[in-house]
Amino acid sequence: MSWTTSEMMTVAASRALRDGATCFVGIGKPSTAANLARATHAPGLVLIYESGTIGAKPDRLPLSIGDGVLAETATTVVSVPEIFNYWLQPGRIDVGFLGAAQLDRLANINTTVIGPYDDPTVRLPGAGGAPEIAASCREVVVVVAQSRRTFVERVDFVTSVGFGDGPGYRERHGLRGRGPTQVITDLGVLRPDPVTCELVLTELHPGATVEQAREATGWDLRVAADLSVTPEPSEHELRVLRAIEATATSGGAAP
Amino acid sequence: MARLLGLAEAVAELVRDGDTVAVEGFTHLIPVAAGHEVIRQGRRDLTLVRMTPDVVYDQMIGAGCASRLVFSWGGNPGVGSLHRFRDAVQNGWPRPLEIEEHSHAGMANRYVAGASGLPFAVLRGYRGTDLPAHTTTIATVTCPFTGEELTAVPALTPDVALLHAQQADREGNVQMWGITGVNKEVALASRRVLFTVEEVVDALEPRPGAVVLPSWVVDAVAHVPGGAQPSYAHGYSERDNAAYRAWDAVSRDRETFGRWLADEVGAVPA
Repeated sequence: MSWTTSEMMTVAASRALRDGATCFVGIGKPSTAANLARATHAPGLVLIYESGTIGAKPDRLPLSIGDGVLAETATTVVSVPEIFNYWLQPGRIDVGFLGAAQLDRLANINTTVIGPYDDPTVRLPGAGGAPEIAASCREVVVVVAQSRRTFVERVDFVTSVGFGDGPGYRERHGLRGRGPTQVITDLGVLRPDPVTCELVLTELHPGATVEQAREATGWDLRVAADLSVTPEPSEHELRVLRAIEATATSGGAAP
Repeated sequence: MARLLGLAEAVAELVRDGDTVAVEGFTHLIPVAAGHEVIRQGRRDLTLVRMTPDVVYDQMIGAGCASRLVFSWGGNPGVGSLHRFRDAVQNGWPRPLEIEEHSHAGMANRYVAGASGLPFAVLRGYRGTDLPAHTTTIATVTCPFTGEELTAVPALTPDVALLHAQQADREGNVQMWGITGVNKEVALASRRVLFTVEEVVDALEPRPGAVVLPSWVVDAVAHVPGGAQPSYAHGYSERDNAAYRAWDAVSRDRETFGRWLADEVGAVPA
């Protein structure tokens, strides 16, 4: 079976979630990947959405974080103050799954503005739950397509902290999670250098090249000495993914 | 005691020019019909408060009702950008929109402080981000017990809350269930409260996990079946996802939006 780079990205993101983990899910690619994981290798994955649904088991792809299918299938539904104060803030969630409009070499995320804050070129939706998800989950996985527009030397606005200005920054600011452990793109996977925190290309998706990844990165991208190749999406993963995505456009239940 | 009023009458009585208005509902139970009534009545200079200003706020901003927006995520959920919101922020159309920007955790806690009668709320939030540099309502506070530095955000106490629920009884007691978001906190934080409801019943049927607000904390209830569309009311209606997608095309262009406003809301563009 052939696949698109976008499908490869979603499959790679789903594999980052282990069975039994608790996962705070954002809408879009992270939600697709989390639901793919639950339908394949991680049936016990606990999906938590900021609308207050804990343990949602949707049989179709939700179009928003407050989709009715999430409430109908959840273990429990709590208020929005409760989801942030009782569940996210104390560090009860294993993985925060985030997207980004801009991402920099120290994995800081911008979803607020492109250009100056008071005179933006593009006004983006803003923070939502992301700053505290990035601060409080035990680890963060970022899912974002790689391009020079997105992968910039320094983000225009730090909406959610990756590693700030480098080693020690998270600790100094009292951010309790480990921060981003993986950035999964349509070309490969980047991981922070354990010493400098700078994102390094550690994995290439099949068919992608180092040159392509460098070309799509707005800083001088470092490549790991032991660069590996992501296993191809299996037929099973692709079939399930396509079935899940079809439910979003048809609005119907998953087969 | 809450009075049962018609929607137009209730909005005329409770929403005034210059008010701080919270139209809430977290994807679910968004009081869209009440928002449209505010547009029809031509309210101006409102400070609109909402965690997720979505389509109904795009419409109110585009119609010229707002001069300020307090929010944490401004987008069309699952679709993309809010074009009327963007036009107001980037180009000042139809009038400049001042913004006060928070995170969800910050906004939720601001409502909690308002509902609790406290001047501010404390949270672990915003640390290391650029938000405190641009939002004056984010500050730090030192824990008097541990010395730890935390974030403080001031209480939100809107002049009026517009909310939607599934049911009210004839006394004006209100019940909602499913994703109830920040509705309880917003109702208790606001000076005046209007609920639109799907159904008025003789007696509220107890439901697991439901939020009940007694009549004496509600000012008015208006019977508006379908008043949350294109959002939804669990047990009564489905979210109209196609309408959210369709809004993208309508809102991209000022003239198309103006026609929509006249045809669908019966209001004259600003």
